[in-house]
Amino acid sequence: MIDMKHQNIIDGIVELIRKAETELPKDVIKSLEKAYKIEEGVAKTQIAAILENIELAKKTKRPMCQDTGIQTFFVDIGVDFPNILDLKNIIINGVKKATKEIPIRPNTVDPFTGENHKDNTGDYIPYITWDFVKGNEVRITALPKGGGSENMSKLGMLKPGVGIEGVKDFVVEEMIKAAGNPCPPTIVGVGIGGGADLALKLGKRSLLRPVGIRNKNKNIASIEKELIERINASGIGPMGLGGKTTVLDVHIKKAHRHPASLPVGIAVQCWADRRAHLVIHSDSSWEVE
Amino acid sequence: MEHYLNLPASSEQIKELKVGDILYISGKIFTARDEAHHMMLEKEKLPFDPSKMGLFHCGPLMKNAKDGWHVVSAGPTTSSRMEIFEDNFIKKYKINIIIGKGGMGKKTQKALQKYICIYTSYTGGAGALAADKVEKVEEVYWLDKLGMPEAVWILRVKDFGPLVVAMDSRGGNIYG
Repeated sequence: MIDMKHQNIIDGIVELIRKAETELPKDVIKSLEKAYKIEEGVAKTQIAAILENIELAKKTKRPMCQDTGIQTFFVDIGVDFPNILDLKNIIINGVKKATKEIPIRPNTVDPFTGENHKDNTGDYIPYITWDFVKGNEVRITALPKGGGSENMSKLGMLKPGVGIEGVKDFVVEEMIKAAGNPCPPTIVGVGIGGGADLALKLGKRSLLRPVGIRNKNKNIASIEKELIERINASGIGPMGLGGKTTVLDVHIKKAHRHPASLPVGIAVQCWADRRAHLVIHSDSSWEVE
Repeated sequence: MEHYLNLPASSEQIKELKVGDILYISGKIFTARDEAHHMMLEKEKLPFDPSKMGLFHCGPLMKNAKDGWHVVSAGPTTSSRMEIFEDNFIKKYKINIIIGKGGMGKKTQKALQKYICIYTSYTGGAGALAADKVEKVEEVYWLDKLGMPEAVWILRVKDFGPLVVAMDSRGGNIYG
């Protein structure tokens, strides 16, 4: 039985998903507007269509892209929040409700039977990453992740001897190979170090950082800048139709690595870099931002 | 060059179009992804005539209201997944205009030239904008079997675009 308090938080999850699916964060829009200014010809028509689409989606409260993604959440749980054990169920129920209410596309398919679960839930999905923090509030970030860009993810288990130069070359080469498939201009998240799974996880996690914000480490920040320049120099352009803007940003996150391994995980996000935040207070009230 | 085209288009009209042209189409289009391509290639008879329509690589987000189905969001899906079917599909169903994103491979390129067909790119992710250009959902086939994204939806569109001619019937290819 779901009590009224929980019902209220479930509605918060629905609004979180609605916000993510229908309104792009300002940092992404700003960066697309910048791209519009520098592009010409066919590339300009693509950015124009994207900007028109973003405005229309916000105005009509409909998902900007038909691929509403795999529902992905990053949750910071304040250890003094009273309903910690119920949070997973609340999120799952919120996803089910959002599927009908917004609506979002039923996107969860059983890999063996091919059967669509029809409510965006299933084994391990929604995909939730949990962290504990101080306090009595819960902060949830939604990052609905589309299939086209996810299919361009890459893991490289590089030989440590290739060094950071090898890492940079790997990222640039893979993004050139991806060409127009991940709906460029994209945001590229690169996880370096750890084991294989951690590298990919850090790549995805780095996508939470707003577009245009550099890594706090100056050396890593300059590598991010270099990668942006090198990938954009490829001329792949918006939708792979040629142009100056192939990526809007590159974000790097690092972990310490095993001496014998140099894992590089690339997570690609399409221009529809959908992110939204929900704060749930200890009295079950909430705000979406 | 910018063109406004009513479907079905003639071979003469398709031949005129070349890489880099911007196109707005009106008429009927049908959605088909991997599963639908696979299934339609195995069928001997179809309940509709694909040769009169544009082929749209799309898994739309639809809503069933009291007055029938409506498109909520319907941008293109990645076309390269259909590469393994497309040359046979063009041949069997006399397709002459394809709408997708990301481009297609050599087999499709050859079929475009042989059967006089074009591949056009619609802005990926611009699903709300695309939905805005759909006048009516005419029909849906195999919804129960394939599910919403994979089903074949017949849509009547008005000035659907901008579509960029990305691969033409003369061997031109914007992706290089």
